[in-house]
Amino acid sequence: MDTIVAAHPTLLEVQACRQSYRKDAGNADLLVLDDVNLTLREGEIVALLGRSGSGKSTLLRIVAGLLKPTAGRVMWRGEQIEGPADGVAMVFQSFALFPWLTVQENVELGLEARGVPRVEREQRAEAAIDLIGLGGFESAYPKELSGGMRQRVGLARALVVHPDLLLMDEPFSALDVLTAETLRTDLIDLWSDGRLPVKSVLMVTHNIEEAVLMTDRILVFSTNPGRVASELVVPFPHPRNRLDPAFRQMVDDIYALMTRRAAPGLRAATALAPAAIAMPLMLVGTNMMSGLMETLAGPPYEGRADLPALAGSLQLEADELLPLGETLQLLNFAVVEEGDIHLTDQGRSFVNAETDDRKRLFADALRTHVPLAAMIRQVLDERWNHRASAVRFRDELEDHMSPDYADQTLRSVIGWGRYAELFSYDEEAEQFSLEDIE
Amino acid sequence: MSSFAYPSLAMGRRLPNLWDVVAILCVFSAIVGLVHVGHGALVPLNAPHATEISLDPANLPSYAARTTLRMFAAILASLFFTLTYATAAAKSRRLGLILVPILDILQSVPILGFLTFTVVFFMSLFPGQVLGLELAAVFAIFTSQAWNMAFSFYQSLKTVPADLAEASDSFHLTGWQRFWRLEVPFAVPGLVWNTMMSMSGGWFFVVASEAISVGDNTWKLPGIGSYVALALEQRDIHAVLYAIAAMLVVILLYDQLLFRPLVAWSAKFRFETTASATAEDPWVLRIIRRTRLLQLAGEAVGNAVGAIGGLRLSFLRRRSATANQKPSRVVDVLCLLALLPVLGWAGYSLVSYVATELSWTDLRQVFVLGLITMLRVIVLIILASLIWVPIGVWIGLRPVWARRVQPLAQFLAAFPANLLFPPVVLAIVSFHLNPDIWLTPLMVLGTQWYILFNVVAGAAAFPGDLQEVAKNFQVGGFLWWRRVILPGIFSYYVTGAITASGGSWNAAIVAEVVSWGTTKLTAHGLGAYIADATDKGDMARVVLGVAVMSGFVLLFNRLLWRPLYAFAQRRLTLA
Repeated sequence: MDTIVAAHPTLLEVQACRQSYRKDAGNADLLVLDDVNLTLREGEIVALLGRSGSGKSTLLRIVAGLLKPTAGRVMWRGEQIEGPADGVAMVFQSFALFPWLTVQENVELGLEARGVPRVEREQRAEAAIDLIGLGGFESAYPKELSGGMRQRVGLARALVVHPDLLLMDEPFSALDVLTAETLRTDLIDLWSDGRLPVKSVLMVTHNIEEAVLMTDRILVFSTNPGRVASELVVPFPHPRNRLDPAFRQMVDDIYALMTRRAAPGLRAATALAPAAIAMPLMLVGTNMMSGLMETLAGPPYEGRADLPALAGSLQLEADELLPLGETLQLLNFAVVEEGDIHLTDQGRSFVNAETDDRKRLFADALRTHVPLAAMIRQVLDERWNHRASAVRFRDELEDHMSPDYADQTLRSVIGWGRYAELFSYDEEAEQFSLEDIE
Repeated sequence: MSSFAYPSLAMGRRLPNLWDVVAILCVFSAIVGLVHVGHGALVPLNAPHATEISLDPANLPSYAARTTLRMFAAILASLFFTLTYATAAAKSRRLGLILVPILDILQSVPILGFLTFTVVFFMSLFPGQVLGLELAAVFAIFTSQAWNMAFSFYQSLKTVPADLAEASDSFHLTGWQRFWRLEVPFAVPGLVWNTMMSMSGGWFFVVASEAISVGDNTWKLPGIGSYVALALEQRDIHAVLYAIAAMLVVILLYDQLLFRPLVAWSAKFRFETTASATAEDPWVLRIIRRTRLLQLAGEAVGNAVGAIGGLRLSFLRRRSATANQKPSRVVDVLCLLALLPVLGWAGYSLVSYVATELSWTDLRQVFVLGLITMLRVIVLIILASLIWVPIGVWIGLRPVWARRVQPLAQFLAAFPANLLFPPVVLAIVSFHLNPDIWLTPLMVLGTQWYILFNVVAGAAAFPGDLQEVAKNFQVGGFLWWRRVILPGIFSYYVTGAITASGGSWNAAIVAEVVSWGTTKLTAHGLGAYIADATDKGDMARVVLGVAVMSGFVLLFNRLLWRPLYAFAQRRLTLA
């Protein structure tokens, strides 16, 4: 199939694209995307697969012309993109419907912006609404619709302008499992029948199965900074069967790929970062951590599990399970490799301990493996009043990462430190202290 | 519920910064300029008695109609101001730097003190014509309405959901289309609510601005306000009561015919993804929606607006994709440098103007009077809170009562309290009461209702499960107030109290001096000082008085209300 596609004309070319977040202090640029190349031809569906923070949504916005890359070029039909290009339409994760417009008016919006005459506008909108299975809802307002129906409106709104390229930003991740599956199959059916008025689709997702189910080609992104770690061709014809062993094998392989890439990345970050405290931490709750460890320790896993299977039985998406696993790995409670996760000895003793001992084990792990937590505690110990403002730590983090990441990292370490009774934190005063400790 | 938009509350900082100073200079030099022009034109003017007022109640309907027309003229002007000023402030970061603090300062200026001079100013624009007076009245109302509307709109523009903005961009909406399809609809609920609050405040000003006297000259515009002024002069209490009755009818009509339907209609634009329980449509909206003819008319209007909003106009060049670059500091500084000569000149003329007319003793005297008025405001807000918070909580926790009282309290807040002054004055005169004490309650007469209806709204929104928890653990008495209900309604209460205290400062100018025929009652305070200076046509003292009052209001907002509000938002909001 890819040989056929390769003969098709090129729609989009992203060349050496780099996106950095610039801090005003003039410090080093913080890279979001680094040296990304991508070629999209007519007739293919391509997925950008990666964890949150891998810059895949940023890349989609660059392609949509909503964001200008710091460096590199985006060529659309041979011309460089400056602003939203004609022939590119987008479907949003949050649907982005105008609550004060009816379904019909929402769908007509893009046509109206182009100055399409009213009669034609209405005809085309009705055609798109019928195509996407929304007939009868023309006069409804978005708030009267369920999530699935709303995303159908989002799809109709994008399709009505007959774009050459349809961009989808995690289009099904805000929907429940069943609704998302119906929408996926409906969309693929329309695509396979050639009834979608688009030439190509580029979708962002963090759902591995979704990517394997829907697309012809998958670009797997690594995090920090976002890079295309590998590119895979999905060889299966539509309709695809999730239970087909080859399908399962591909999902497993991608899991392995994503965990293999992530693990050295993390270690590298610890070793190479200018300051060790500037390691981005993922917002993972301590309850989730102990829950996962207990699950792993118990039957049927007995300390070792296959990640895709674990994700399936725990109803967690890869995007939720991987940060959890990596955080456990960071704290040396578990090891993640080749799509598997297994408990370490520390992990086992954590599971077997009582509440107070667990806290002590957790505090030890924090002090040994999370330099930021160790540093906060050290500063508090050194101060005569055992108090320290969170602002200084935040500032320090912001020298090395975007404010969002700095905030997330700080919130993670606060949550973990509080649980471990390593320090306490006053939200109102934004201050760490040793009150109520020991 | 939507709340009153206060520039002073929404901004993060507390202490005045450079831009505040710039804003203060701009506002006050503009005011002094206005006063100066007005003063120059004061002498040659003859009092036009072209418009005679008669106390015959038969004239009241037409007076009421003219008063109402002035209100609507002002609200249109305010809307126009809102759509332009706030848009400029939101779309241009550099304009925003100065335009937003100016709004904050303007909101603190008790414009009632300048009524005289705005009248003279507008009359000098249209010598010998009633139009000048009309414009002055409309301008006075405008100044009471525009700031919070503009700020509400500005805030909405700044908080347009990112995904909708991206959708507009990616579907190639032009700036004009984006404004009418996205930004204005998104701002509608807040704007309608603030317009309603503004209208409520406006009635007070329209009544005060119709009959103006400077020195020996008195101008009267046909309207309810001048009708009452004449009744006071002629000691005709019946006429006063007629006027009160007429005003009641007018406000009832405006409330039922215009604002209830508008607020209900604006719910359509509320930005929420889930359908929430909606209140029943007010009867007027029901009629409009169900009557074929009215419905067609409504649709025609809607289509016209839609067609205008759909025009593919673009005033700015096409926005290319946004690169996340930090704006240049250098250009900021250059802008400020370009402003400097203007500011220097404004500051110089302000200082030289004040220096020739005033001495330090004046400043000290005004400051002391300001303290007295501040004491009044504080005592009144405390008293009003002690009375209305328990009552509001009681009502708010009983849904049936809350539904009945809520519109009534909003209605009372809209009623111009200055119409109710005469009966009180009569009582003070006949019982020989001390004006320093008994004139004080007049300041809060019209504004206390803001506390009541906000507390009612807060108590009504108090979650049922928390009430059940309190009952289950038998939390009662003082503990219940302290731990359960007061924190629960605090953010609502603060919103109400801010509005009430702001209104009270303004009301001081008309409440500290009142008259009944030839009897004149005066209380000591900054309001009386300004009113007195106005009477004498002593501009320098009016400017001083108003400036000091603005300063008090500004500091009151920044040092008391904003921290309280921020605290309530942070800690005591039930999310």
